[in-house]
Amino acid sequence: MAVQQTTTPQPAAPTAATRQAARRRVGPSTAAWVQSGFLVVIALISLVPLLAIFVGTFQDGNELIRRGMTFDVDPTSLSLDNYVLLFTDSGPYFRWFLNTLLLTVAQVAGTLLVSAFVAYGFAMYEFRTKTLWFIVVLLVMTVPFEMLMLPLYVQVNDMGLADTYAVIVLPFLAAPVTIFFFRQYFLGIPKEILEAGRVDGVSEFGIFFRLVLPIAKPALAAMAILNGMLCWNNFLWPLLVLRSPEKFTLPIGLNTLLTPYGNNYELLIIGAFFSLIPVLILFLAFQRFFIEGITAGAVKG
Amino acid sequence: MRQLLYSKRLAPYLFILPFLVTLAVFWVVPLSRSFVMSTQEVLYGQATFIGLANYERLWGDRIFWQALFNSVRYMVLTLVLLIPIPLALAALVNSSIGSARIKGFFKASMFVPALTSVVVAGIVFRLIFAESDSAMMNQVAEFFGFGPVRWLRGDLTGLAALLAIALWRWTGVNMMYFLAGMQAIPSEYYEAASIDGAGKVRQFFHITLPNLRPTIVYVVTISVYGGLAMFLESFMLYAGNNSPNNQGLTVVGYLYRKGIEENDLGFASAVGVVLLVLVMAINVSYLTASGTFKKEAA
Repeated sequence: MAVQQTTTPQPAAPTAATRQAARRRVGPSTAAWVQSGFLVVIALISLVPLLAIFVGTFQDGNELIRRGMTFDVDPTSLSLDNYVLLFTDSGPYFRWFLNTLLLTVAQVAGTLLVSAFVAYGFAMYEFRTKTLWFIVVLLVMTVPFEMLMLPLYVQVNDMGLADTYAVIVLPFLAAPVTIFFFRQYFLGIPKEILEAGRVDGVSEFGIFFRLVLPIAKPALAAMAILNGMLCWNNFLWPLLVLRSPEKFTLPIGLNTLLTPYGNNYELLIIGAFFSLIPVLILFLAFQRFFIEGITAGAVKG
Repeated sequence: MRQLLYSKRLAPYLFILPFLVTLAVFWVVPLSRSFVMSTQEVLYGQATFIGLANYERLWGDRIFWQALFNSVRYMVLTLVLLIPIPLALAALVNSSIGSARIKGFFKASMFVPALTSVVVAGIVFRLIFAESDSAMMNQVAEFFGFGPVRWLRGDLTGLAALLAIALWRWTGVNMMYFLAGMQAIPSEYYEAASIDGAGKVRQFFHITLPNLRPTIVYVVTISVYGGLAMFLESFMLYAGNNSPNNQGLTVVGYLYRKGIEENDLGFASAVGVVLLVLVMAINVSYLTASGTFKKEAA
């Protein structure tokens, strides 16, 4: 600005130069307004389905089925009945909630530990077949689970592991995306730490557990968030292997409430809404880790 | 034992052992069995070798081709929507103008849908695309002057609902990928270009796009897989694996129907093998094209 003022003559005669300068000053701010307005509109559209489900929690289930989801509701028809239902007579809902919570905690802890362990091997050592195995990690990383579901389903049935939590967790402890992310992180850790540990007589595994893991907290946080969200929302594999209703998780349980001629829509909507709350709270608190975790795969390999 | 813990030569193998075991038990063994089963007729646990009969049956199976068509069509359309739109939004967010707070709000709002499970997304979109004229999408339709649409009864309108779910859930994530890629481009490139007199549009096409190539290749690849493997969105939207005239049936849906619902494991395995070969072919060509093999070997 200062530069412009010194080169601009007195306001008397608007020269071409001043007009251009003025346009330059007005131009960006108008563009900024248009841009901001556009972004806000798109953001609001993106939030509409969540707002709709929130409105739905106050609506009668039959009305939802009859009229569909809409903001065009009679305000006098809204009530807290569904909330009362959820906390007094929701049957197995909170059991599903608790199951999902326990399963998520166990799976995240296991996945972080095992995947970081494997990643450490790839990041910190030179060995003959390293490239080969790492390419296998990359290949496995990008194959969607849907490709594997039937063979794996047959396999765990034969192993007698169906309908257990173990089988939901075990095949995914060495998670390729998580391995990849930790490897990238470990590659940035100076190797001197390892040498210092060796000089002090710490074993190779002691170095990993006691020296490297503690300084990998940011990576652990990002991957805890990513895996936590994936577990909390995990649907297809539990749908295949879980049989006993008392073992159902939230997505599986909610799915049993969704039928074409459903009469359980009160619980379905409010249950779906409450299943979102833990993830939303975590997201608001740790937004940065979410984005880091989810975009992890795109980091150049 | 002490030697095992302290050996620098053995350590890497012990570290990657969990991955190797997982790979063997949960990938290699099941997948090889799947190949074998695709040449068998499996009934009540009794397997009979029938050669390539399952594949022949598959070749002549009209519903399989329909499912494959549905999957490929969905994959192509998600690519058409979910690359350019997030790319444009990322460029907008990455531009130097505008308020940082609004951009922050925008990024968060776009990202939130990715936090929802496919179950919740399906429940909501099923009701947004309900048949009643008061349902949200029908109100939008009415605004544009056409009457209540029975979205989930028609092939193309059902597809529109599926694409709406995909667009809602993944626009924000893809935008984050692109944004991360854009922020890694050195600002000197842009400074040099504007000194040379290149405008914003030229800068986007001549600096941003070429430098973003690895990210774009990655997003295209995961979108291709995601599109070809789509199943749950349809499963939730139609409240089950059955849709009018199979309009929502995908290859994975067909695999699920044959293998899990009808327990026709031999035939379903053949479906799975075809899908796997298709995906692995794309996978290997992607990793070759992006130079990952060369880089890892170097």
